[in-house]
Amino acid sequence: MIIAEIPKEEYLKKCTSACAGCSSSLILRYVLKAAGEDTVLVVPACCTSVIQGIYPNTAMNVPVYNVAFAAAAACASGMSEAFQALGRKTHVIVYAGDGGTLDIGIQSMSGAFERGTDFLYICYDNEAYGNTGMQRSGATPLGAKTTTTPTGKTVEKKDIDAIAAAHHLEYMATACSAYPLDIYKKVAKALTFRGPTFIHILAPCPPGWRYPTEKTIDMGKLAVKSGMWVLYEREHGKLTITAPSKAAMKKPIPLEEYLAPQGRFSGIDKKSLEILKQQLAVNLKKLAAEEAEP
Amino acid sequence: MKKIATGNKAIAEAVKQALPAVVAAYPITPQTEIVETIADYVTSGQMKSRYIPVESEHSAMAACIGAGITGVRTFTATSAHGLLYMHEMTNWAAGARLPIVMANVNRSLGPGWNIWAEHTDALQERDTGWLQVYVSTVQEAYDTTLMAFRIAEHNDVLLPVMVNLDGFSLSHIMQPLDTVEPGDFIPPIHLPHAIDTKNPAGYGGLTGPDQHFRFRWEIERSMRDSVKVIAATEKDFADRFGRSYGPTEEYRCEDADVILIAIGTLGKEAEVAIDILRKEGIKAGSMRLRWFRPFPKLNLAGKEVVVIDRDYSFGYGGIVAHEIKAKNRCEMYSVIAGLGGQEVTYDDMVEFVRQRRMGEEFWFGVT
Repeated sequence: MIIAEIPKEEYLKKCTSACAGCSSSLILRYVLKAAGEDTVLVVPACCTSVIQGIYPNTAMNVPVYNVAFAAAAACASGMSEAFQALGRKTHVIVYAGDGGTLDIGIQSMSGAFERGTDFLYICYDNEAYGNTGMQRSGATPLGAKTTTTPTGKTVEKKDIDAIAAAHHLEYMATACSAYPLDIYKKVAKALTFRGPTFIHILAPCPPGWRYPTEKTIDMGKLAVKSGMWVLYEREHGKLTITAPSKAAMKKPIPLEEYLAPQGRFSGIDKKSLEILKQQLAVNLKKLAAEEAEP
Repeated sequence: MKKIATGNKAIAEAVKQALPAVVAAYPITPQTEIVETIADYVTSGQMKSRYIPVESEHSAMAACIGAGITGVRTFTATSAHGLLYMHEMTNWAAGARLPIVMANVNRSLGPGWNIWAEHTDALQERDTGWLQVYVSTVQEAYDTTLMAFRIAEHNDVLLPVMVNLDGFSLSHIMQPLDTVEPGDFIPPIHLPHAIDTKNPAGYGGLTGPDQHFRFRWEIERSMRDSVKVIAATEKDFADRFGRSYGPTEEYRCEDADVILIAIGTLGKEAEVAIDILRKEGIKAGSMRLRWFRPFPKLNLAGKEVVVIDRDYSFGYGGIVAHEIKAKNRCEMYSVIAGLGGQEVTYDDMVEFVRQRRMGEEFWFGVT
């Protein structure tokens, strides 16, 4: 598949109130192109609550159900069951940030996964509470500065993918805003499954990560090339590393090349940097081993 | 059909007949029998609903909201801590104008753990935009649940309804129950703002200071309009099935000088106390508040009023007493009794009336 084959229909209009260089709205554009018009988006409190516009206007061309922070997956459970009762095949997609997924929404997400709700849960991950001005979340990496970790976070990022995998989902994947075709393909594939599916998408954030707005795509690519973010699919439990990460894992660029352009990592202490590097190496080794011998 | 049932079973029976498309619930004592019975109806095919066994009450209400916005009928049941855990979402349900029906089995709040009757749980929800009704018998629990669906879904209302019944003293006691064939008493649900992917709209997004108050006012306007809808629904119920209730249930109030007011089962028990007081020559009557939101108009002018509150607002007083006081000019003796299932007999109520000291508050059992 090539980028020209992606449908021309736009379900996220150009009139959003997203920040300049926002990668999460780029992600959402491709998510909706893959899902098509018979889709309802369930959005907990997150940047997307703001990006869609202010009543009575909306930049979205699919129904969007905004719901309380912790409630997205449970709301989707009810919606999905009701659509089935009505004999409708409408896609129900949760589009939630990392705070609404790893932190406050983890219980309702776990419940919906365990119950086998037929829906797609997408976590777009900008590694902090972006909507409220960049406070730390469970997704903030070690060493990153946020407004509530002014000298850098002292604990590691929560491994939400391992938690999601523990629910034995038939399909889950990771993606990154710098690879929109990959996002499109993975969303389209996830929607062919019945039951819960999960896609975790890295969403670099210029004001939060403190880099120039025009560098958003570069930042996503550096994340993947350094191995800090690995693109893969896990279908019926079987891991397949996605092409850009396959290449990156053979010869990752130095982690500093990813961290240096980001203000949030400025002045990171040596110990944190060393731990990040060690973890990165362990993670890549683990994933390579799992793919080789599932 | 005549049978014997608990309050919980009566609720489940009414829900089976109202046939919501989706029931989402989380178990909590003393509500469990409601959800167990519904789960059994669904599993055995007696009820063609989808039952979502959620992982919390917050999710129970969220799932009802997600299902409700597609335009289908929804139901849940809870109690005490469960109700308060879903508090964020009860506000959401009303604001989203979803006619969810919920049974709340009134129970005390911890600590310490106490599973017996108290009304503080539901009364902490009084400002959420839910209609609230408190029932006193198994039959009334059943009848009111049937009516609740019709009232909530009426297009002049479109607000959720909470049917309250006392933990154990009604949820678990057996009384005669005469079930009906509802037929078209509950018309098919039509939600004007149901999700339509052919005509996409945004729901509950950013709403500025120039708009938000308009939605708040719409809730209040519908709450006021619900008074007529409740009256019409109760009248139609009475015409079809022969049982009538009203916003309050009055007993020997016509010529009474002193009126004993309570909600729930204590409000029913009060009738026995009134008969005893009348024999003593005290011109007493009782008034059981049934609908609490919208709050009913009461005729208490010139009466002495004794209010029993099975609830409390710390630093202020009995919640029901103060709600009545705010809307009525009357002399009042406020009794706090029955908290956490504390036993209150009709003899105790007789004593409350005999000893009434107008203008004072009395905590029953505290010495």
